[in-house]
Amino acid sequence: MNFDKELDARGLNCPLPILRAKKSLAELQSGQVLRIIATDPGSVKDFAAFAKQTGNELLASAENNKEFEFFMKRK
Amino acid sequence: MGATPEIANIEELVNRRLEELLPQKIEEALRQREESKTPSMAIIATKGTLDWAYPPFILASTAAALGWDVQIFFTFYGLNLLKKDVSDLKVSPLGNPGMPMKMPFGPEWFKGINWNIPNIVQAGVPGFENVATMLMQQTIKNNGVASIEELRGLSQEADVKFIACQMTVDLFGFKHDDFISGLDFAGAATFLPEAQKADVTLFM
Repeated sequence: MNFDKELDARGLNCPLPILRAKKSLAELQSGQVLRIIATDPGSVKDFAAFAKQTGNELLASAENNKEFEFFMKRK
Repeated sequence: MGATPEIANIEELVNRRLEELLPQKIEEALRQREESKTPSMAIIATKGTLDWAYPPFILASTAAALGWDVQIFFTFYGLNLLKKDVSDLKVSPLGNPGMPMKMPFGPEWFKGINWNIPNIVQAGVPGFENVATMLMQQTIKNNGVASIEELRGLSQEADVKFIACQMTVDLFGFKHDDFISGLDFAGAATFLPEAQKADVTLFM
């Protein structure tokens, strides 16, 4: 999937991945996509909830090798 | 009275239709109001230890990231969380049976041991708190958990409002200069009207 910016949140724990993602999204234009990589297992539910509450769309989320990958579109 | 059967019939139809429509309309209006409202949270932080420093700042910074309006009222020992230097915050396992005592270093089997140290030992050994604090700080680092300073900074950046209880500042003999900048020094009368409007209020 294409993305405009990448956030490496590996090794960070709650709530840092969400806080960093919020900051990175703020640097994007509406409609641009942020790719996030995290290792915090709690981030799967947290990013879904974050998307729902903020209106930024979670385009995809996947797990491979204990890493979690998210694609989020700025609203 | 005087109404022809046709009019009575129409009235009944209108009433029935209204009864069907009104709950939907009201529901819709309430939902729209709920959606357009900015959620808000008011926290009272009363503890001044390293472990209790986390909940207010984690919840405040996360809520701010979700777009909420947040304010924290720091009172009594909670004021310690606003000091310029928070590196001296300590954690005490004494009288805290819920706190696991595990070593943050060594082989996995060693890290897995929960050291069940009796209160009488914890209370009697000088420097026990310092050791426990050091171990907690190492554990925090090992787990990629943010420092209090970092979470506090992120909260401030995200416009979380910090209110420091002026009464406690006087009571404990603190000076405004002991604290970080960007604080409101005020009292319960400032906090309560805001808390009254908040969707979430928490005492910590």
